[in-house]
Amino acid sequence: MASTEKHIIVRALYDDDDVVLDAVKTVRDKGYHVHEVFSPFPIHGLDKAMGLAPTRLSVAGFLYGLAGLATSIVMTYYMMITDWPQNIGGKPSMSWGLNMPAFVPIMFELTVFFAAHLMVWTFWMKNKLYPGAEAQNDDPRLTDDKFLMEVELKGDKEALTALLKESGAIEISEA
Amino acid sequence: MHYEAPIREPLIIGDKSYHDITVEVARPIETKAPRIWWFAFSLALLLFLWGIGCILYTIGEGIGTWGLNKTVGWAWDITNFVWWVGIGHAGTLISAVLLLFRQKWRMAINRSAEAMTIFSVVQAALFPGIHMGRLWLGWYVFPFPNQYGSLWVNFNSPLLWDVFAISTYFSVSLVFWYVGLVPDFAMIRDRAINPVQKHIYKILSFGWGGKAKHWQRFEELSLVLAGLATPLVLSVHTIVSMDFATSVIPGWHTTIFPPYFVAGAIFSGFAMVQTLLLIVRKMYKMEHYITLQHIEMMNIVIMLTGSIVGVAYITELFMAWYSGVEYEQYAFLNRATGPYWWAYWSMMTCNVFSPQFMWFKKLRTNLIFTFIISIVVNIGMWFERFVIIVTSLHRDYLPSSWSMFSPSFVDIGIFLGTIGFFFVLFLLYTRTFPVIAQAELKTILKSSGEYYKKEQKDHGEH
Repeated sequence: MASTEKHIIVRALYDDDDVVLDAVKTVRDKGYHVHEVFSPFPIHGLDKAMGLAPTRLSVAGFLYGLAGLATSIVMTYYMMITDWPQNIGGKPSMSWGLNMPAFVPIMFELTVFFAAHLMVWTFWMKNKLYPGAEAQNDDPRLTDDKFLMEVELKGDKEALTALLKESGAIEISEA
Repeated sequence: MHYEAPIREPLIIGDKSYHDITVEVARPIETKAPRIWWFAFSLALLLFLWGIGCILYTIGEGIGTWGLNKTVGWAWDITNFVWWVGIGHAGTLISAVLLLFRQKWRMAINRSAEAMTIFSVVQAALFPGIHMGRLWLGWYVFPFPNQYGSLWVNFNSPLLWDVFAISTYFSVSLVFWYVGLVPDFAMIRDRAINPVQKHIYKILSFGWGGKAKHWQRFEELSLVLAGLATPLVLSVHTIVSMDFATSVIPGWHTTIFPPYFVAGAIFSGFAMVQTLLLIVRKMYKMEHYITLQHIEMMNIVIMLTGSIVGVAYITELFMAWYSGVEYEQYAFLNRATGPYWWAYWSMMTCNVFSPQFMWFKKLRTNLIFTFIISIVVNIGMWFERFVIIVTSLHRDYLPSSWSMFSPSFVDIGIFLGTIGFFFVLFLLYTRTFPVIAQAELKTILKSSGEYYKKEQKDHGEH
């Protein structure tokens, strides 16, 4: 939201999700860079229209799941086979491979546990969301029914303003 | 882009704008509680306090205050545990499975259904805790290093699998729910006028602002969490059923248990969602969002899962006969005709017979009838667990030790206490949390809102 020294950000407010989506496409077609879009709900196709790279959160989730699986294998191997093997119900702990079927539920649960929780932590950290953080939107209407597009100014300011007006913006300001 | 077949009924009734949704979802939080809320809350709180008293009495005196004896060593505590865990399952089913199937009707009900999941798993977790006797040693169920060797937990035991399953289920459901809540808390924060309220919702909303990249990650996260929660929820009741199925008690030792328990869990959970939502939509005038169609859909799920449960009951009887094991045969004969016949036939009536009324459209769109059936189903599902647990135990291999179980006032008090605790949590939730996932609901307004659908029909796609 904060404008850097080099760039001036022009903010255009919209009152419809379809209009803002079209505006993003129009503005980008004219060669402007869309700095940010705030919306009260996810707009389908907005990330592609803005040219955002796909998120790699699910790849991270897969790796976290593998870490959970590995943890469960190491844990059951250490605790049940090497550290204190016991003969439980006439079923001695011979080797991890032979006992493995009994560990499947634990392996599954820990895979899910690691994948889910670490993904959520990653989500909070990447988005800089934490309890008590200042609101990232400075206009309270943006969680209600208004949509804000921030465009980096390039060249003539009048031209950009006109373009934004034409695209359906209801308010235009400079940040 | 927002096209939906005109034959589909609208999911949001009336001429709503995005702003209307905001206002109507925020209203219960921003206005004073209706009198009926205070009445319900006081009643729930009394039950809860009574339950706390009974729990403290149990911890002080020991498990001897319950009605257990040496033959029936597991009764209401585990019955209640399984009942509450089962109820929780519908919440995850609605939020995760229906998300994977892209069912839009989930959006008006998923928040409350997930809240129900979390609150009912809390109740469930209480029972194994207090049954340990020494609650403060509860951490022994986790593999912590200790001074005895270390002596580790037994990873071959289904009871330990249960610890892992329930912990994972509870914590994953909680974060799944919370991630979805953050944009809605931000909405409440941005509307709040009272500075204290604003500050609280500022903390709760984590600073959410609705940036495009964040929404992109949000949607991906929701999808993957749904994908993880779906097998998770199936695993939880599967593992709960293994607490019984891996033992060698006639009536428990059956391979049908996992799918049978999962179907029963979904069945009872949807009944509880139905009970709660009928109250919520009435109390907060949410009829435009939680429509008759939502109620009907859930009744169809109740009918389907109730019938699956019925098939499971009959399969169980068949297998008992077909196995040729006389102990197994006796266990089932005893269930249906022995001293607990009334519990068995209550179960059959409530779970198999009563949902069949839902074949009739008139009945499944009748709110009063739906409410009654939803209560009946939950009573039936409680009886199911009671029948499985107590009637399988009370006549074991040795006739000299046959006995009956009768609950003490402490058993009853703790059970009523958990019902009170559950409603205390749920009623507080309805006044402080957005009860409808409004950010998600706004995404379907243009495709499934009544006004937009009519526009589309009159003017074609725009």
